[in-house]
Amino acid sequence: MMLLTCPHCGARDAGEFDYVGERRDRPDVSRATEQEWRGYLYLRGNRADWTAELWHHRAGCERFLTVVRHLGTDEVRG
Amino acid sequence: MRLPPQPGEAIDRTTAFTFTWDGRSYPAYAGDTIASALAAAGVRVFSRSLKYHRPRGLLTADFHDPGCLVQVGDEPNVRAAHRRVEPGMTVRPQAVWPSLRWDVKSANQLVGKALTAGFYYKTFIKPRPLWPAYERVLRRFSPGGEVPAEPPDGRYDQRYAHPDVLVAGGGPAGLAAALAAAEAGLQVLLVDEQHELGGHLLWGDDGDRAALRDLRGAVAAADGIEVLTDAVVTGRYDGGRVVVLQRSAPGVVERLVKARPRVLVAAPGLIERPYVVAGNDLPGVLLSTAARRLVNRYAVRPGQRAVVLTANNSGDAAVGDLTRAGVDVRRVLDARRGDDVVRVRGRRGVRAVECSDGSTVACDLLVTAVGWTAPTSLLTMAGGRSRYLASAARFVPADLPDDVLAAGGIVGDGSTADLVAHGRAVGHEAARRARGLPPAHVADLEPGPHPELFHGRSNGIVDLAEDVSADDLRAAVAEGYDSIELVKRYTTATMGPTQGKLEAVNTIAVVAAATGRSIEETGTTTGRPPYVPVSLGVLAGRRYQPVRRSPMHTWHVEHGATPLVAGAWIRPDHYGDPAGEVCAVRQGVGIIDVTPLGKLALHGPDVADLLELLYVNRWRKLAVGSVRYGVMCTEDGVVLDDGVTGRLGEDRYLMTTTSSGATTVEHWVERWLQTERPHWQVHLVPMTDAYASINVAGPRSRELVGRLTDIDLAPEAFPYMRVRLGRVAGVADCVVWRIGFTGELSFELHVPAAFGQRVWEALLEVGADLGVRPFGVEAQRILRLEKGHLIVGQDTDGLTQAYGAGLDWAVKLDKDDFVGKPELAWQRARDDYLVLVGLQPVDPAVVPPESCQIIEDGQRIVGRVTSSRMSPTLDRAVCLGLVAARLSEPGTTVTVLLPDGRRVPVLVMPQLAHVDPEGVRLRG
Ligand SMILES: [Zn+2]
Repeated sequence: MMLLTCPHCGARDAGEFDYVGERRDRPDVSRATEQEWRGYLYLRGNRADWTAELWHHRAGCERFLTVVRHLGTDEVRG
Repeated sequence: MRLPPQPGEAIDRTTAFTFTWDGRSYPAYAGDTIASALAAAGVRVFSRSLKYHRPRGLLTADFHDPGCLVQVGDEPNVRAAHRRVEPGMTVRPQAVWPSLRWDVKSANQLVGKALTAGFYYKTFIKPRPLWPAYERVLRRFSPGGEVPAEPPDGRYDQRYAHPDVLVAGGGPAGLAAALAAAEAGLQVLLVDEQHELGGHLLWGDDGDRAALRDLRGAVAAADGIEVLTDAVVTGRYDGGRVVVLQRSAPGVVERLVKARPRVLVAAPGLIERPYVVAGNDLPGVLLSTAARRLVNRYAVRPGQRAVVLTANNSGDAAVGDLTRAGVDVRRVLDARRGDDVVRVRGRRGVRAVECSDGSTVACDLLVTAVGWTAPTSLLTMAGGRSRYLASAARFVPADLPDDVLAAGGIVGDGSTADLVAHGRAVGHEAARRARGLPPAHVADLEPGPHPELFHGRSNGIVDLAEDVSADDLRAAVAEGYDSIELVKRYTTATMGPTQGKLEAVNTIAVVAAATGRSIEETGTTTGRPPYVPVSLGVLAGRRYQPVRRSPMHTWHVEHGATPLVAGAWIRPDHYGDPAGEVCAVRQGVGIIDVTPLGKLALHGPDVADLLELLYVNRWRKLAVGSVRYGVMCTEDGVVLDDGVTGRLGEDRYLMTTTSSGATTVEHWVERWLQTERPHWQVHLVPMTDAYASINVAGPRSRELVGRLTDIDLAPEAFPYMRVRLGRVAGVADCVVWRIGFTGELSFELHVPAAFGQRVWEALLEVGADLGVRPFGVEAQRILRLEKGHLIVGQDTDGLTQAYGAGLDWAVKLDKDDFVGKPELAWQRARDDYLVLVGLQPVDPAVVPPESCQIIEDGQRIVGRVTSSRMSPTLDRAVCLGLVAARLSEPGTTVTVLLPDGRRVPVLVMPQLAHVDPEGVRLRG
């Protein structure tokens, strides 16, 4: 299991966290086309590269945090 | 035969007892393994091999011995040469029929040609319809034990550990490394596979034992070393996690230790390699370490007359040990001088050895010492490599990551003092690195010269667990499987219980010779965790999942409630008569424990904005003292949860959620607050457990609650969908809201949890003359179904968007924004979805089970029944169901397919509610 560093709790086992998903910006609901909105809902980059993700420290402080992780190597940028 | 007391023996001769093997009683001493006690009694055959059903005896006499997997009681696949025998233990051989002595399946030996390389694939692949029959046959022939149908006795456990340094291996180098790290002030976890610390020193000579006494004394005296014996590091994972399987932990069958050391020191020593030559699997062929273990640790004389093939000092020492034990060592073949074994003769055990000088020596024991395998899999799991060193005839570790170090025999050779010195240097460096200091180089222990001896001139078994011979490997290569990974999968070599520990390097050597490549070019197979088999029990561990009970739980149990497991909660399903409970609510008054309802306190100036965003309906104008039903959707417009939220004060709200959605909604609210609207001032406090919740429902509920509260319950003072704060049954700080999930006049009381039972009992006591009855979840489900109130997750699914759930009235597309708004706007313009409707079977006595399909044209599925019950109020079947929008017009007759194949007509109703669609009763 990976270690993730929670800004509130320090380095913790990834098992304490829920993976929410890649971080993505919510389109403006008043203007979003179906294509934009469905992209926001369903399309993920999933590149073997540095990716900003949302994780939830469920078994800790319950904070949601952005983790920048390399999806090829599991390295996490501090 | 048992020898007189040996100076380093593991057995306690003052504690003797018996156990049974294959139905017969055998003597044993405390400290014996199952195999050592049997070997002392002269037992030589422990199992039959996988494919050819050849007799198998001891080979390594340790955990990895492939020939002695046994059944102990109801526990299969026990390693008999490792497991300590206990008084009265019942041990049986595995998968031998009719007996170990006369195994009829050994006829396979005669038709062995049919079972060569790839036999699983070739023999059983066609015709495919016969596979079930093949599986039954294969299972009878496989040597696995019997898995009990019942859960095993005893507990399995898991534990977390956070040592600075974890040392895998408690031989001289590992002990020294642990000591050096502990002396530097660090916390050390020292793990060893054997029952005692010491590694190969345990079966060594006087000098080895003296050195071991010193090391063990120092470890016992040191601060900061935790020792786990009979424990194995099974793998190293991401982030440096090291998992240890601990077998003899007190109070549990097995324990899984999840450790996160800063630095891992691998000091596993070396594993002795068998020699591949014809007859090498006969009982009586022993490795030199096995012979030394048996003599020195268990005082067992392993045979009468021996031939020893030695290429190193372990073989030389075995000659000395055997001689001292009274074994007649008839011939010592020194491989360093070119001596070799041509073949081993015998049927049920070794009878003679053919030597390379042409002579044949009669004997019952062949002891081989032809080289070592470095168990590098833990290091390769950690990202290191292994490199073949021809001069030492073994792989050695290379390119280790900075937080992993290797110590002792796995690295190189030397005297005990050399191994200790290397261990100390590595332990010292591990301590430095654990402190975060930059890595410094540790002088390597040099591997000494060793002849390359893998296979002889005749065909022997390479993988003794899987019964794969050298010729099988050669045949696989000849068929074109020339990569080591393909040969492995095709022949199953290295895929059995030994997982390559004994046979991987021999496999590589045979494949290398067959392909004309070097061992280096052939490469290794990939070692993956777990290093040793791990039981499912220990992976599951002990469950610490909390069971949630309301403060009134004891009362429910004492009053005959039938329990219902609802997520983590135990709830009363009913008190014996759900239909009667329904009637009580419709005609008089009933009370139900709804404590599991999710409750979230929301404080702050921006709560109204939050509600406006998360619910599809409108919240901005909710007045203090009012409550409203709300529906939440996800961004794809799918219904997430519903519930009632009330405004208790200017900036103070109480949100309720479904029981099953409580945690989901809490996280959902937090996520929106933290990630999308971090500037909003809203504070969320989960209150589910802080309140006991009681719904008082029925036409006489006002009368009942009125007897216990100072809140004015008059219809004009406390109208429908309002909230009041006050005392109930003398309990202050209660939240009371007037809502109607059951369709009746009702008051929902949220009282401080500690007073839940008091209020519950007070309601029953003061309402006795009103006929008040407790009702359970089943009655509540009937009541709400009669009223047509949907249950999220039952009447909706992961595709049901708000319009499909019949929530048109709630969705306010004219709001600027809310979660899921674009999808719902688009949904409204379509008609290609299922819609929730009220349904009544034309035959009132037919209750279609939930999940029955609604069909069209005889077979096409156009919907399903989501809820159904016999209504005690209407005395007829009532349902909710999802149907294609074009069939949702009131008065449409649809067809429901029952489980027994009958098709019944069902009428689509004008609204979801079957009882009181105008809502007169709950507004009363
Ligand atoms: Zn945290």
